[in-house]
Amino acid sequence: MSEPLVRWLALGLYGLSLAGFLVFLVRRNQKAGLTAHRLIGLGFLFQSLSWLIRTIGLGQLPVLNLGEALGFFGWCLVGVYLILYRRFRLLVLGAFLSPLAVAAVLAGLIFPGKPLIVGPVYRSLWLTFHLGAVFAGYGFFALAFVIGVMYLIQERQIKSRRPGPVYHRLPSLNVLDQINYYCLAVGFPLMTLGIVSGALYAQAALGRYWRWDPKEVWSLILWLVYAALLHQRLTVGWRGRRAAVMSIIGFSILCFTFLGVSLLLPGYHSFESLQRLQTP
Amino acid sequence: MNIILIGLNHNTAPVEIREKLALNGCGPAEAYHEIKTLSSLRECIYFSTCNRVEFLATTEAVDRAVKDIKAFLAAQRGLPPALFERCLYIHQAEKTVRHLFRVASSLDSMVVGEPQILGQLKEAFRAAVDHRATGAILNKLMHKSFSVAKRVRSETGIASHAVSVGYAAVELARKIFGELEGREVLLIGAGEMAELAAEHLLNHGVSRITAANRTLDRALALARRWGGRAAALEEIPALLAEVDIVISSTGAPELVVTAAAVRSVLRARKHRPLFFVDIAVPRDVDPDVNRLDNVYLYDIDDLRGVIEENRAARAEEALRAERIVEEETIKFLGWLHTLEVVPTIVAMKEKVERIRRAELDKTLARMGPLPPDQVQALEVMTEALTRKILHDPISFIKRAGRREKKDFYLDLTRRVFNLDAEPSASGEPNGQENDE
Repeated sequence: MSEPLVRWLALGLYGLSLAGFLVFLVRRNQKAGLTAHRLIGLGFLFQSLSWLIRTIGLGQLPVLNLGEALGFFGWCLVGVYLILYRRFRLLVLGAFLSPLAVAAVLAGLIFPGKPLIVGPVYRSLWLTFHLGAVFAGYGFFALAFVIGVMYLIQERQIKSRRPGPVYHRLPSLNVLDQINYYCLAVGFPLMTLGIVSGALYAQAALGRYWRWDPKEVWSLILWLVYAALLHQRLTVGWRGRRAAVMSIIGFSILCFTFLGVSLLLPGYHSFESLQRLQTP
Repeated sequence: MNIILIGLNHNTAPVEIREKLALNGCGPAEAYHEIKTLSSLRECIYFSTCNRVEFLATTEAVDRAVKDIKAFLAAQRGLPPALFERCLYIHQAEKTVRHLFRVASSLDSMVVGEPQILGQLKEAFRAAVDHRATGAILNKLMHKSFSVAKRVRSETGIASHAVSVGYAAVELARKIFGELEGREVLLIGAGEMAELAAEHLLNHGVSRITAANRTLDRALALARRWGGRAAALEEIPALLAEVDIVISSTGAPELVVTAAAVRSVLRARKHRPLFFVDIAVPRDVDPDVNRLDNVYLYDIDDLRGVIEENRAARAEEALRAERIVEEETIKFLGWLHTLEVVPTIVAMKEKVERIRRAELDKTLARMGPLPPDQVQALEVMTEALTRKILHDPISFIKRAGRREKKDFYLDLTRRVFNLDAEPSASGEPNGQENDE
């Protein structure tokens, strides 16, 4: 089986699972939900296989152009969902997350990615680690965002004092808040590791820890926002609505850092220069 | 064999009649002892709850059975039959099955979807089995009704929406706090609805109830009842910093909890959620507290609104439940039909003939061309063989058809000959390799 086929297969499974989750949500069909969950797990296996094949082929995680980065982001989303499911057993989360995952993976497949030529400077375990940690952090923050949206919807339902059908399908505010905290508590150290390992690698490969290029600046802002949220939560008890809103703000900064900076602002992190920068 | 159901329920009989007919006075031992003397009934189960009295029975003679049961009811309670006869419904066959499935699934209950009825049915069934009043048909029917009820519960949302103030409060609390274990409740004032709500919360895991009241005696009495603590009204502002759920139901004309009082404790609470249930009229809790972050307030009208919507949701789910009941009724009637003698004999003959044909064809094919008279001889021989093998089983079930335990024997025979298996599996016997 050729590798692109595996990726399309994974996308197809994600699409099916999205449909299953919709049936689960609208018709309250538990079986449809469980099937959708299994489908998304199977899709994840296929997508993992495709990453494995390409990583071995290239000698490096192939996330150096936009399409690949989006696909990898989608993979991280689903991975984090599967981790959260093991802990919280929340199928509804799949219903809210699968559209995002499908969109990311689909965008990753249709965006024209230039063929990857990886220079020796990128063939490093450090770089793989840097990318892996940053993207895993992104995955957890994205889930915190999804959970934040669910929280706001459910809170609105309860505050309105006229709870509708959505109210019965969403979990309790407390559970949502706990998952939000869990995502922050895991995502933040990952993000930190990602930034630190990137800096160390930059020093080793390019001779400087930190160059203040736009990606680095925005990552720092992102890091500070989540640090502030985590700090306020632990000391003053910023929970519930405020934590949900902050997670959503954090995620919009994340999107800008991930897509906006890489596409709009010049810098050695942008996909353009990543392609050019083949030798230091 | 006919299945019949005679009874009355909250729709057909007023409480004055239901309470007179309820059989909970005498134990099931006496009742079943009496019932078993009624020669017209093969099997019988009765249920008696505060909303219904019903007899489910199998009989050969429907009219006599109906008359016997009416006479039994009248004699038991010493009532003239004319008093309750108007209220009785009498179902037969399909209608009986459907009715029972609807009762078990709580579609026939006063509050649709309340699950108590299933437990009551199970208990009634156990009593009937203990007194050997049931047989193959009712056993199967009752078990089926339990599984239908289970299916309805898991495949529809019929029981998942609260339809009382107390449960609506619990449901909301659980949507805010998740599990209620370890949460604390403050009950301000007293009153039936408030106390009921507090009790529901306690049953769902709330760890402690504090009762605050204008008169300390009353507070102490309530606290003792739930093993909680008592407090005076003046302590409320301090208590607001500790508790998670506040139920308020005082007769006070002015606000008991102000928004300012709540706002001042938010920081001390570290913004943990706080849920107010205000049952009092005029209201006790400042409506503005609902505007505060992580504070939720429902007054009595809000709760009634929630219940109203839940009722509508249940009615909608009930429609889906009716479809399940219909489906299962048809399935059960299919099984019932197989318990007649003739279809069973036909099925046995067909099955054996199928096997004979298949084996004979196989043998003839293997032996190559034979003269017609030899083929004829083989046909005659195998036919005689199968006829003689079937002779005893067939005369056995023909005799069984006149016996008291006919259904049991028929069911057994069908299982021994594997007559109800899927058509694809029935033709080919499993022992192919033994032929060689």
